[in-house]
Amino acid sequence: MPPRLNESTEKRTFAVLVDNEPGVLARVVGLFSARGYNIESLTVAETDAKAHVSRITIVTSGTALILEQIRAQLDRMVSVRDVQDVTLDPQGIERELALMKVRGRGEQRAEALRLADIFRAKVIDTSHESFVFELTGAPGKIDKFVDLMRPLGLAEMSRTGVLSLTRGVD
Amino acid sequence: MTTQTAIDEKAPPQAPAQGETLTGAQIVVRALVDQGVDTLFGYPGGAVLPIYDALFDEPRLQHVLVRHEQGATHAAEGYARSTGKPGVVLVTSGPGATNAVTGIVDALMDSIPLVVITGQVATHLIGSDAFQEADTVGITRSCTKHNYLVKRVEDLARVMHEAFHIATTGRPGPVVIDIPKDVQFLAGPYVGPGAVAPSLTYHPRTRGDAGKIAEAVELLATAKRPVFYTGGGVINAGPEASRTLRELAHVTGAPVTSTLMGLGAFPASDPQWLGMLGMHGSFEANHAMHDCDVMVCLGARFDDRITGRIDAFSPGSKKIHVDIDPSSINKNILVDIGIVGDVGSVMKDMLEAWKAKGHKATDQGDWWRSIDAWRARKGFAYRKDAKVIKPQYAIERLYELTKDRETYITTEVGQHQMWAAQFYHFEEPNHWMTSGGLGTMGYGLPAAVGAQMAHPDALVIDIAGEASVQMTMQEFSTAVQFNLPVKIFILNNEWMGMVRQWQQLLHGQRYSHSYSESIPDFVKLAEAMGGFGLRADTPDELDAKIMQMIETPGPVLFDCRVAKEENCFPMIPSGRAHNDMLLGDSGDDLDSAIDDEGKMLV
Repeated sequence: MPPRLNESTEKRTFAVLVDNEPGVLARVVGLFSARGYNIESLTVAETDAKAHVSRITIVTSGTALILEQIRAQLDRMVSVRDVQDVTLDPQGIERELALMKVRGRGEQRAEALRLADIFRAKVIDTSHESFVFELTGAPGKIDKFVDLMRPLGLAEMSRTGVLSLTRGVD
Repeated sequence: MTTQTAIDEKAPPQAPAQGETLTGAQIVVRALVDQGVDTLFGYPGGAVLPIYDALFDEPRLQHVLVRHEQGATHAAEGYARSTGKPGVVLVTSGPGATNAVTGIVDALMDSIPLVVITGQVATHLIGSDAFQEADTVGITRSCTKHNYLVKRVEDLARVMHEAFHIATTGRPGPVVIDIPKDVQFLAGPYVGPGAVAPSLTYHPRTRGDAGKIAEAVELLATAKRPVFYTGGGVINAGPEASRTLRELAHVTGAPVTSTLMGLGAFPASDPQWLGMLGMHGSFEANHAMHDCDVMVCLGARFDDRITGRIDAFSPGSKKIHVDIDPSSINKNILVDIGIVGDVGSVMKDMLEAWKAKGHKATDQGDWWRSIDAWRARKGFAYRKDAKVIKPQYAIERLYELTKDRETYITTEVGQHQMWAAQFYHFEEPNHWMTSGGLGTMGYGLPAAVGAQMAHPDALVIDIAGEASVQMTMQEFSTAVQFNLPVKIFILNNEWMGMVRQWQQLLHGQRYSHSYSESIPDFVKLAEAMGGFGLRADTPDELDAKIMQMIETPGPVLFDCRVAKEENCFPMIPSGRAHNDMLLGDSGDDLDSAIDDEGKMLV
């Protein structure tokens, strides 16, 4: 019997390299929705104009078996050139950008600014009672910053979704 | 009556002249010819008039005018499955394309190679809710293997050839090419199939991994209770694959079963044949699958009709899965050895490895004794009746009277389809056309039209139910128009049989809307449409009427009145293990056959 695969759900980031054709994003998203796979975040942009390739970075979650299925289903699409597992790839890099509006006065406001400094977030807007911070970093770093801002008056947030690349020459 | 264009001599495909300029419509027609297409099924409309105009001058292509675009797609499917060539469909925009969607989904589910050309409104009108505009590419995105909207005539020739390549390689499937009307009028360069650079990064793997094949062969060589579970993939791999399967079965001595879609790959007359497996498969096939120690899945996909309750599926066996689609492996059932590749090629490699190692069939004496005991249970048995034709009896007689001819069988969907699979026996692949994955009622009649177009001299029979056949009845006129002597063998029990059976099992015999009211007089209907009609009411007259149907030189509607409330057995009720079958004579309480969990499943 094959080893019983882990039934627990894990988050996984896939980088999907696709032909830069109209409708390709709709295809990939359609696959996820049709088969009931989860999309936590998604970014897409042209990555190589000459080769006519776009890169779609999708953060999804599921059991190990489901994740294997997702990869196989993506791989067999005609428009998909390659599917990379950024999470499992030791050379994988994930980055995200977030904008956060934090409202507060007095000591809360000062604490928010101190923490933003520690995280090297940029202050891109300020008023007497609010800040807008801009933070880039690995998704985990942003999650941590968000958790810290929450009790200090986090009012609104906008995240780009995860971008990915691999280290090294390839 | 229409003229049937006689194609005496096919002009050889012309070598692509460098920079030959044609209109988009001419490019389409030329590409079809160069791809070896001789028949297409379609229906004209505003958005495809230019292509129809180009067709008018092309004697090498025979166009079959259907009565509904769904008929065109099923006819193309019947053509494809009976020949191994891709089926070609030509329909117009808007409703033409949407009417074709059912057949496209059907082809996707059953892995049938189809190229569907749809007209589209002019490029500058797309997105403006123009007359007969539909977002064809959007609608068919999830039900095609791939689709295209050709916005520039420069891309058209390449797209046509790519489409054929995608439809027919790897796991076959439907490809839609949406061509706006202005693109059909514009002039552009034509390139032939050979000139198309492999710009695709689509490279299906056909050769299996040698290491895994060796591992699989070693496992098989030690099996005491092996079984071959074969499917539609063997049919798609070509007739050669069926021959290889037979050899593989004979050298290993293992029993062979097949899914609905794979019938014919292995001859039913062979002593190693177990019959079809699955929800309405044979008692022996399902038990063998459960009790085997090594299961070799060849070109099948562990569909829920086969597995029954997944956690009770063949728990003690080691499983080998050969499939050309990597996403099929470990999708429903975890297997021990997964081999991605063309099943014909992998079987050949397995055979070679087996012979190279000098393996012999293991001692399977006990296994075959078990199998014979299961066979002795006679799971397909039914009670014959002297006054009423039992549907199983009708199929048996049909088989006896047609088995020595070149016969092609299509079916609709329901009980009659299951009885056809149980009681009609196939010796060769490509003679059985049915809608398995999607289960489309109305598939059989147009599919018979398609099969008859491909095999004009053969006997083509659609085994139908009276409810199913009414769904695409208009295609009978297509048969009349093109002199296609298809025989529509209707098992008329006045009920939607399978639905009624489930309502009996699951819903306390509350037969909600499953009775066929206002059934037409099929004999009069056939005659009104220009064909022939026959009726049989009693077992005594059945043989003579069947012979009359066969010998009638034209399309026939045969209204075979059968017993009304016959149930189809064996049955694996949904939610039960695949060796936990209901049998017709077991006296089981049918009303409590399916529990609450099983109810949720179809």
